[in-house]
This record gives sequence, C-alpha cells and structure tokens, in this order.
Amino acid sequence: MGEKKATRAAYGEALVELAEKYPRMVVLDADLTQATMTKFFAAKYPERFFNCGIAEANMTGIAAGLSTCGLIPFVNSFAIFSAGRAFEQVRNSVAYPHLNVKIVGSHGGPSVGEDGATHQMNEDIALMRSLPGMTVVVPCDGNEMKQAVEAMLNYEGPCYLRMCRYATEGVTDLMPDYRFELGKSVTLREGTDATVIACGIMVPMALKAAECLAAEGVHVRVIDMHTVKPLDEAAVLKAAKETGCIVTVEEASIVGGLGGAVAEYVSEHYPVPVLRHGVPDEFGRSGTAAAVLDFFGLNPEGIAAKVREAIRLK
Amino acid sequence: MRTAKELEKLAYEARLLILEGVHCAKAGHPGGSLSCVDALTTLYFDEMRVNPENPKDAKRDRFVLSKGHCAPALYAVLALRGFFPKEDIRLLRSIKGHMSGHPDMVNVPGVDMSTGSLGQGISAAVGMALAGKYKGEDYRTYAILGDGEIEEGQCWEAFMAASKWKLDNLCAMIDVNGLQIDGKTADVMPSEPLDKKLEAFGWHVIPVPGHDYDAIRAALKEARETKGQPTMLLLRTTKGKGVSYMENSAGWHGKAPNDEQYEVAVSDLRAHLAELEA
Repeated sequence: MGEKKATRAAYGEALVELAEKYPRMVVLDADLTQATMTKFFAAKYPERFFNCGIAEANMTGIAAGLSTCGLIPFVNSFAIFSAGRAFEQVRNSVAYPHLNVKIVGSHGGPSVGEDGATHQMNEDIALMRSLPGMTVVVPCDGNEMKQAVEAMLNYEGPCYLRMCRYATEGVTDLMPDYRFELGKSVTLREGTDATVIACGIMVPMALKAAECLAAEGVHVRVIDMHTVKPLDEAAVLKAAKETGCIVTVEEASIVGGLGGAVAEYVSEHYPVPVLRHGVPDEFGRSGTAAAVLDFFGLNPEGIAAKVREAIRLK
Repeated sequence: MRTAKELEKLAYEARLLILEGVHCAKAGHPGGSLSCVDALTTLYFDEMRVNPENPKDAKRDRFVLSKGHCAPALYAVLALRGFFPKEDIRLLRSIKGHMSGHPDMVNVPGVDMSTGSLGQGISAAVGMALAGKYKGEDYRTYAILGDGEIEEGQCWEAFMAASKWKLDNLCAMIDVNGLQIDGKTADVMPSEPLDKKLEAFGWHVIPVPGHDYDAIRAALKEARETKGQPTMLLLRTTKGKGVSYMENSAGWHGKAPNDEQYEVAVSDLRAHLAELEA
C-alpha cells in the first residue's frame, strides 16, 4: 500500500495546485483554516479566500451568492458544521436552486478521535445524500482526493466532499493509470464469495480484510464506492449477482449513508444479503482515532467478521 | 426618471396583482407584501439596472427578497416590469404553474435568489456583493428583510460580514412594519433600537418613511454615494398598506381574503388609483 496521508492534507494541496487552472474557484472557511488545510490556499491566494468567521450558516449563504455570480466556491468546515449545523442552508440556499457550490466536510466520522461525540460527524453522508441533486463524494486517499476536487470543478452543480483527519495508507496512489470519474466506482480486487463496498478510509482496511480472508480461502471483491451519490448502480447490481452478498463499510453511521444507499438499491432490484458495517445507531466517544475505530470494529478484523457473517446468510 | 406619482400608480397596480394572486391561490402573505411593495416598485422602476429581455445579464443589479414569503409582491413587480405576463400571477402557489409560493430563481424569470427560509437571503446578497467587489464589477446588490426575520441569528452573521468586507455595493432594507405572525414584534422578540444596533455593526443606517417614494429614492441615492460600508434602509411601514381592513393587522400576515373581502380590497385599491389618475 502507498504512503500514509490524511485525505484533508491532499485536499489542501489540491486547492493550491488547481487554483491557476480554475480561476473561478474561491475558497471560504469558518476559522478552521489550520485544520481544514485551506491555510495553504489562503496564504497563496489571499484575494480568493474569504474567512467568514465562526458562522457556517452565513458562510453557506455567501457561497450561494458567489456562485450565482459565476464563481465556484468551496465551503470549508468540520463536517459536523458544514453538513450538520448548516444543513438547512445547504438544503434551501444551495441544493434547492442547484447552485454550483462545493460543500466540504473535513473531520468526518469517528476518526476525529479525542474531541469526542460532539465533533464526530457520523450522519453527514446520510444528510447530504438525502438532498435532491446533491453529489456526495468520499475519497479514499490523497490521489483520489486530488482527482475528485478537479472532477468537482468540472461538474456544474452542488457537491459534498467528505474527508477525514486520520492518515491511512494510499490505495490509488500506486495505480499509475487511475482516473477518477464521478459516479463510477473502482473495483480494486476481484472475488466471487462476497463483495465489500467501501468508501473513504475504510477502503484500505477493506483491502486488508480481503487479504486476511483470502488466506482462509474466501475470495472477496472490494469496490471503492467513492461517489455515494449518484450511486454506481451497475457495479452494485453486478456484485449482487456475481457474489451473492454484500457488506458495506463506511466510517459513518449505518443509518442512511453508503449502507443505506446500497441496501435500498439491492432490496429493490436484486435482493441478496446486505450487511451494513459502520458506526451503529449511537453517538461516538473520545479516544485516539485508532481506539475509537477499533471500538466500533472499523478495522480489517471487524470487516472480515462481517464478511463471514454475510456469507453465512447466502 | 419617473415621478413619485407614477411610481405610486405602479405600486398600486402591483397591489392589485398581489391581491389577485393571493385570492386565486386562496393562500399567501398579503400583509408583508403590501408593506414592502413601494420599496420594491421604486427599486425595479427607478433604481435598479435590470433587463427583462435578458434576466440573467451578468451586468445587472441583483435583488434578494430575504423575506421570501412576500413573493407575491416580488412577482407582481417583476410582472409589471415585463419579466413575465401579468396573468402568471394567477398561478401563484398553483400546481399548474411555475409561480412557487416562495421566490424560485430556477423557474421564475427575474428572481435572482431562491429564498423563503428566513435569514438566508441576506447571506446570499452579501455573497453577490462580495463577488462584485472581487470581480471588479459595478453592479449593485439590494435586499429586503423583514423586521421579524432579523430574529434569525444568521442575519447578524451576514451584517458582520458585509461590514468586514466594506460592501458599499450592498444596500439592504428592513421592512419595519412592527408585526409578525404571533403579534407585535416588540412583544414576540424586541429588536429595537435597530439604528443603533446596525450602526454598531458597521452599517450606514437611513431611517425612511417606507411608503414615501421620494424618500425611498433619496435614501437609495445616499446609499449609492456611501463609500466604505454597506447601507441599511429602515423602512417604517404599515403592514397591509393600501387595503383598509388589512392595515396594521397581524392576522393578515399569511391569510387570503375570501371573495367578499377581495372585492373590498380591489375597490379600496381602485379608488386610490382613480384618485391618482384624476
């Protein structure tokens, strides 16, 4: 696997790297430039950066206004604030008029760690996915993140980009021909016994789980579903038909997120067992990122156990 | 330039359309529409650079109805200004048409921002003005808020931001009619003294008799000439203005007149128009 890097770090680099090529891009933050990694863009392009203070609702509305005038605003804060606190602003001022605003949620999921439940946003994928016309992207590593940012710049419409604080191994970094495409998943490993559909930092863990299971003679397909909406339905249908059971894995609530999206589709089109692995229907807790992830079984062992369970249901 | 009397005639024609729309829909918000329609008429017929032939013209002045429930007033003025046929007002809130209950920038020509959830429009207006500064364009941005609306904290976030970026290309107005759904604004959640509060937030504040076209026009001119800070007009208005039984009544915030009441309203408004034409 590739070098360890947090997706938010790659995001910070991407903004700077893409700034010249995309002059319509502007960046907004709510007093978290150090943590969201917009500080590099802010330092290099101060005239294109707007610090809105600790006022996410207003920041979202300002972005909506900027976008009506032809700019492409990236709205940054912790996911709990950009997707949570300002949810209704995202809904009514951005998604409803289908404006070209990119909502960015850093520090998604329980891997926020020590800050605990108030700052661990587990519901963002579900919330953003529920909005008509919203594209929801959860990249798995730095390379995918950078390509995702550029894909969003080339797409006219509202997007939610989710990233996290925790550094994990690169996956697509080591794939020289890798090309990110919105809405098109990536099958990272072939298998016929079960399929793991993962997003974000759960992707490298899913690959590790698949490796462990292979040693037991269980062959697992691993899909990187970086775009949760619109869902790559063809890949999901193929997985259901060819492997007979699916485990979804996300560093987020099992309610309504990637697991919800896959289960909804499979139950209506080709019912096979779908087990959702993620944060159960409860709040997070303080601890190191690794400890909190382990607590919820969000590790290769936890994923492998879920796959065995799914295969038993076939 | 139109005379104050000409503006008043247009505003009373807009009032007739507001009533017609709300009556057809059997729902809507006549009270606040009637209180802000004189400012809206002055904006669209005297102040703003707009082009009904090309509603999305990049060089146009922008307007955001932050108190989006007063869509009937905005639609009426846009129709009179030629953005769409006046008959469309009869489709207000109807499943058969595009005249959504709250302003819809996707489907209604001339609407610059979808609004309706209070407190959000002013932030978008700040974004539009900020874009103008950033791009070095000379268009201006206008917004109308309700005096109940400013109970939303987001408005004050936006007021701070407009001041931070010295948005002198932004002119907002609060339609101070003193009433909101549950009664007097002073009882529900007192917000005065608005002038001192807004001045403390860094705005140039102008108190304006909100049904006086020359006063509105003079205040808009003063706003244009004010540099280095945004301007707020405090429009002192009468909720339900122009329809005798609706004036100063919180009950007419969000209710449609029945057939009989509609006839009374139309005769009130036509009588005033006749006086103006005499």
